[in-house]
Amino acid sequence: MKKLSPGRKRLVNNSITYGIVIAAFIVMQVCNAGGLLSPSIQGQLVPICAYVVMAIALNLVVGISGELSLGHAGFMSVGAFSGVVAAMSLQSVIPSDVIRLAIAMVVGAAMAGVAGVIVGVPVLRLRGDYLAIVTLAFGEIIRNIFNVLYVGVDEKGLHFSLQNEAALHLSENGKAILKGPMGFTSNAKLASFTAGFILILIALTVTLNLVHSRSGRAIMALRDNRIAAESVGIGATKYKLMAFVTSAVMAGAAGVLYAMNYSSMAPKKFDFNTSILILVFVVLGGIGNIRGSIIAAAFLTVLPELLRSFDLDQYRMLVYAIVLILVMIATNNPVIRGFFAQVKSRITGADREEQKGGAAQ
Amino acid sequence: MSRPPRPETKLVPVPSKNMIPERDIDKDPILEAQHLGIDFGGLTAVDDFNMAIGRTEIAGLIGPNGAGKTTVFNLLTKVYQPTRGTVLLDGVDTHNMNTVQVNRAGIARTFQNIRLFSNLSVEDNVKIGLHNQVGCGMWQSIFRLPGYWKSEKLAHDRAMELLSIFDMQGLADAKAGSLPYGAQRRLEIVRALATNPSLLLLDEPAAGMNPSETSELMDNIVKIRDTFQIAILLIEHDMNLVMGICEGICVLNFGQVIAKGTPQEIQNNPEVIKAYLGTGRSE
Repeated sequence: MKKLSPGRKRLVNNSITYGIVIAAFIVMQVCNAGGLLSPSIQGQLVPICAYVVMAIALNLVVGISGELSLGHAGFMSVGAFSGVVAAMSLQSVIPSDVIRLAIAMVVGAAMAGVAGVIVGVPVLRLRGDYLAIVTLAFGEIIRNIFNVLYVGVDEKGLHFSLQNEAALHLSENGKAILKGPMGFTSNAKLASFTAGFILILIALTVTLNLVHSRSGRAIMALRDNRIAAESVGIGATKYKLMAFVTSAVMAGAAGVLYAMNYSSMAPKKFDFNTSILILVFVVLGGIGNIRGSIIAAAFLTVLPELLRSFDLDQYRMLVYAIVLILVMIATNNPVIRGFFAQVKSRITGADREEQKGGAAQ
Repeated sequence: MSRPPRPETKLVPVPSKNMIPERDIDKDPILEAQHLGIDFGGLTAVDDFNMAIGRTEIAGLIGPNGAGKTTVFNLLTKVYQPTRGTVLLDGVDTHNMNTVQVNRAGIARTFQNIRLFSNLSVEDNVKIGLHNQVGCGMWQSIFRLPGYWKSEKLAHDRAMELLSIFDMQGLADAKAGSLPYGAQRRLEIVRALATNPSLLLLDEPAAGMNPSETSELMDNIVKIRDTFQIAILLIEHDMNLVMGICEGICVLNFGQVIAKGTPQEIQNNPEVIKAYLGTGRSE
């Protein structure tokens, strides 16, 4: 075996990540076609995809850029609701579901990106805990705005109000899309597992390509040592903002996908708990480890549903919490880590011997 | 030592009580600090610092611990904004610049307490130094357009070329944080050089090195100056290094310049001897 150059090693590593995603998709599709999936798992297929994209997005901020964001559900909801507004208002104009879903995703992603810029420009000047607190506040503000936001559509276009449905002054043919605390109702469910799979692939490609580039290196340089990065001429604000907004855009697209899986959804769905849930995926999967966070997101979304089918319905959230605690302890225990490192080196030991020989030649 | 003897240069005075080597006198100094000073609260850390550095000079900044040497570096690179005085870089006032702009204008530095991107590879560290020299935009990278591949290839070749100054090509794939101490210091110099500076600031480049490493470093500093035709200002406590390669030396004590001159002049200056060894009254 030849010694792998870092470029090649990276290629292999990335291929494994893509491979896992594609293999998981094929397996699920086959199981689904064969009727092996319970209805509850079937219902989770699209949310899994949305959460996987969220985990990738948040890992770009937390892992690659090194900033703690506690408000990513906010970007998800901006995407979700603006995407739904786009899809429902275009219902009569564009009959094709696929095109409407695509347009909704672009609109949702763009709106979330705008929100990312608005939040990011002032906030990214803050460091560490302060950024976390401000993003947390942002998530709450967004949720409260959607709680009082009424949006309707008629032949004259979109109508907005912050009071009630009547204040929209819709014509007879018009309909309200967002109804304050009720969110949206009677949405045509456009999302499909395939759409989710494609979105994951796009998010994964964007993230991995960004990380392994000049911009990505600048982002990681700022994370590792801000003073040194500035001393070699890397402007902090630009690259912090680049990571933050890219992440917000992906979160917005994930929000559209998530919302399009349900016929109705209230703004309170995207609360602080959701932000924390996504952060849990990232921390559990490994901060900065894209593949790990994908697996963690999929596993932790399915776990409560699996427990439901094992007659543990009443205790499922308890079991969920215990699993979380155990995994956290296990991954941070030096003895257990050492054991895994040993196993790993035993498996790859032969390769390493040859690598040494190769390097010496 | 393998180093060829340096041609004898004479220090000549330029305006504002500064000295630069004779061979650089036809051109304006690359850096000129005039009456530079900074206060932290009520404490004056550096006061009335004047220095000019010739285009191809190797200059030294020495002084006892706490004299304000690193503070001067931080003032020149705008990590701190000076309270008083001006810094002219190649004749341009750096008053409104920040750290990033000062680097783009031509000052690169290393750090006393090593600041590498320790989770990244050696090659990536150098490529980060090349950030403003070689590269393509975000969209080129995300869509892997031809510009991306071209610039990555260019960055790789340039990084390897720079690493070869210190014979470090073999370490390109290693994690920067896992390198031995001396190699980390050398990598910091390579990273600083990658930004294509006209003035290189080295903060204790020989700290923690053994005598043979130090002597190799001396050769390399001279080699860097000769190859890149840049000015180098270094802070160092190792007097063999300072007296061996510096042409002009500036001595700081308690934030004040107490002496300036050639190594011979500095070695015989009573003020300097007093600052380093004390007055003898306490004995």
